[in-house]
Amino acid sequence: MPAIGATDDGTGEQFVACHACDALLFEPPEGVRRARCPRCGAVLTTERAGSLDGVIAAAVSTLILLGAAVALPFISIDAAGRHSEASVLDAAIAAGGEARALTLAVFAAIVALPATRALALIWTLAPLRLGRPPAPLAREAFRLAVELRPWSMMEIFVIGVVVALVKVAGIATVGLGAAFWIFVALAAIAFYEDAALCRRTVWRLIG
Amino acid sequence: MSAAVLTAAAAGRLGCPVCGRAAAVASAGRRCGRCGARLPATGRRPLGAVWAWLIAGVALYIPANLEPMLVTTTFGRDSASTIIGGALELFALGSYGVGVIVLVASVLIPVAKFLAIARLAAHASGRAPMRPHGALALYEVVEFIGRWSMIDVFVVAILAALVQMGFLASLTPGPAAAFFALSVAATMLSARAFDPRLIWDRAGVEHV
Repeated sequence: MPAIGATDDGTGEQFVACHACDALLFEPPEGVRRARCPRCGAVLTTERAGSLDGVIAAAVSTLILLGAAVALPFISIDAAGRHSEASVLDAAIAAGGEARALTLAVFAAIVALPATRALALIWTLAPLRLGRPPAPLAREAFRLAVELRPWSMMEIFVIGVVVALVKVAGIATVGLGAAFWIFVALAAIAFYEDAALCRRTVWRLIG
Repeated sequence: MSAAVLTAAAAGRLGCPVCGRAAAVASAGRRCGRCGARLPATGRRPLGAVWAWLIAGVALYIPANLEPMLVTTTFGRDSASTIIGGALELFALGSYGVGVIVLVASVLIPVAKFLAIARLAAHASGRAPMRPHGALALYEVVEFIGRWSMIDVFVVAILAALVQMGFLASLTPGPAAAFFALSVAATMLSARAFDPRLIWDRAGVEHV
């Protein structure tokens, strides 16, 4: 990336601009816990002691739990005297016909994108935590993790499952498997990660 | 609020929308030296992209509501329900709480989001001034809440998956699911294309 002429002029080190109102500010010094823009009030940094540890722990847990959430039974159904169970992977494999695109999009939103984000966060943050120089492509990986956040929808999926269960309650008896509760845990971890991750701090450490 | 805040633009600098680094304004159109994001050529992300995604979102929302979301087959007869129809069925089943969740996620949030983005874009283009703190709060709410509209899409996808695996025989997703998912995605992109600094560029000195 740092080819001559391809980047900016390199004089922007000591200043930051507020992303919301463009106020020109000094870079908040290291260790400042929470800084707000004096003009518009937008939150600039949320850095806390140990927050890097927390984000890495959340990303590693997300990866491990996603593996279990995909393979373990998600839902069980008792209908017409028959009991069956299915995992998210079963559903993705069985998808065909009109529902194929929809199922693949859902699989991306609840499994593929969260896993990609977690890998990108670990790739970026683990070297920083260990005091090593940033990993190759750390900037691209962190930008990817930031850009993918709105499209990673595990918490919305959890609400969708509850609504779907209510809709079929009259037709079949549906039970929730272990994988559903793992998705609930994944949603909680995603909320924690959002709160712990301070993007400006990471950019300062990478940049 | 302090009245003596210097903006990056007034100081001849250009803030990176991704990482906040304030480079010289001559860097417009190049890549940020810290995070590698492309700096907008005009210094602000263009408003045209906001309007384009918003129009796409509104256009897709119309068939999303007219076409069936879910087709139920009972005793050989098909009955199709739209997004609103599906929510009303939940009320009929007595599931008022879940019905309200679906109505809020599928109707209230998308429509409010269309109006909010249009309002912000009108302010940014100088046609309908708002108080900047209120506009910023509106922008933050819109950015946060838009993705929750996807609930009904997940519901249909889950029901479709149950059908595909042979658990349910009587439900098929209708074309509205794809229209609705694309409408929500387009409005998410519209909100993300909006540059909040445009709110304050318009605010001028009286609101600093």
